[in-house]
Amino acid sequence: MSEVPAGTNGAKQVLGADDVRRAITRMAHEIIERNRGLDGVVLLGVQRGGVWLAEALAASIGDIDREAHVPWGSLDVSLYRDDIGLRPVSPGAVSEIPFDLGGATVVIVDDVLYTGRTVRAAFDAIGDYGRPEMMQLAVMVDRGHRQLPIRPDFVGRNLPTSTDEVVVVTETGVAIS
Amino acid sequence: MKHLLAIDELDVADIHRLLELTDHMVEVNQRPNPKVPALRGRTVCNLFFEVSTRTRLSFETATRRLSGDVMTFTVSESSVNKGESLRDTVETVAAMGVDAFVIRHRSSGAPWQACRWTTAAVINAGDGWHAHPTQALLDAYTVRTELGRTGGFDGLRLAIVGDVKHSRVARSVGQIFAALGADVVLVAPATLLPVVAEHATSDRLDDIIGDVDVLYLLRMQRERMSEALVPNLHEYTERFGLTAERAARLSDGALVMHPGPMNRGVEITVDPAELPGSVIGHQVANGVAVRMAVLFDLLGSGGVA
Repeated sequence: MSEVPAGTNGAKQVLGADDVRRAITRMAHEIIERNRGLDGVVLLGVQRGGVWLAEALAASIGDIDREAHVPWGSLDVSLYRDDIGLRPVSPGAVSEIPFDLGGATVVIVDDVLYTGRTVRAAFDAIGDYGRPEMMQLAVMVDRGHRQLPIRPDFVGRNLPTSTDEVVVVTETGVAIS
Repeated sequence: MKHLLAIDELDVADIHRLLELTDHMVEVNQRPNPKVPALRGRTVCNLFFEVSTRTRLSFETATRRLSGDVMTFTVSESSVNKGESLRDTVETVAAMGVDAFVIRHRSSGAPWQACRWTTAAVINAGDGWHAHPTQALLDAYTVRTELGRTGGFDGLRLAIVGDVKHSRVARSVGQIFAALGADVVLVAPATLLPVVAEHATSDRLDDIIGDVDVLYLLRMQRERMSEALVPNLHEYTERFGLTAERAARLSDGALVMHPGPMNRGVEITVDPAELPGSVIGHQVANGVAVRMAVLFDLLGSGGVA
């Protein structure tokens, strides 16, 4: 989900930089715990907001388990959305997936989970690169209002919102406006 | 953006947006299964009133890689031979339900006329001597990637050599490179230069060949001789052809481009495969990706119902 920059009119800070850092560390522990040995685990950040989080999670996993090597990449889902033609398109950077997804455990990483439609598009996009053994979902913020039967495996913070609010997630914090 | 008719109807932001979108399409084309569902359920009709196998195949491939449906209508198999007008053709096909027309026509302005007869998006695939915007976009994309010029072409020196006057490619290519900041010079015998040129001109290739970053050769059409605009092809090659001697004078890293099909032995006498700066093959490959970007931008961006 692309949102307006933080700090704009009447933004309410919900999490600070320390909270975000702690949430990343906790999610990294959960990913390790769920996937014993981390065999075949790769992180895929959804363009644009999920990319920095995928990189941060990979670094955090490396800090916790020095033996582990968890590769991370980025995924652009704009050609797979179900609202093509209904709203302006603004693709992020080109997908960079420097590893094979066939047989992998792919952890899809995004900043905000909202309707679930971006995640659905990610399923289709990933399928075009190979057939993963499993897909999991990690998000910094779950703000509710799902329109599809999709549930995250790893959550930084559950944040009840109304649909007219905007949620902004960065390394320095989470804000609602 | 509703239609793509000519480069001079785009602003620089549109051009950059289409070139950036092309990066995504190149990535799709590099996959083992180069296909995405982006234009599922959309129909693109190619209306070719002038034969062009390359451009038609490029648009068909682009549409299919976006999962769109293709209808193709070429003049040899059409009722245009029976006297059906452009308007009747467009209105008839539009009634079948299409989302975009790709139009190639020998008359300048035909795609603009078509816009009045359909609510579908219209893409100009070459009209008369006038415009060929997707060729210009693919050429700009090729230079952008080959020379790493993602920010624009400030200071880049481009020479377009050949029958500039009768060339829609020259017009559109000159416009896009100039819009992106390049210095464009048109090189041709005086009889083949436009009366009012949009760019600098020269009739001496030898004076400038050592200074250009991109040498863009146009196809020299044989019928120009019968019109007495060129004395003979041999003399044309002597003065304007890319010969081995001239190729040796190109600066290091200079690119050689050609929109195809080439008249070997006329505008180029060296084998392009042996020219280090030749990117002619890349132009063709990039053509599919650029046309995917144009189709996706027109049909997928919310501008068209």
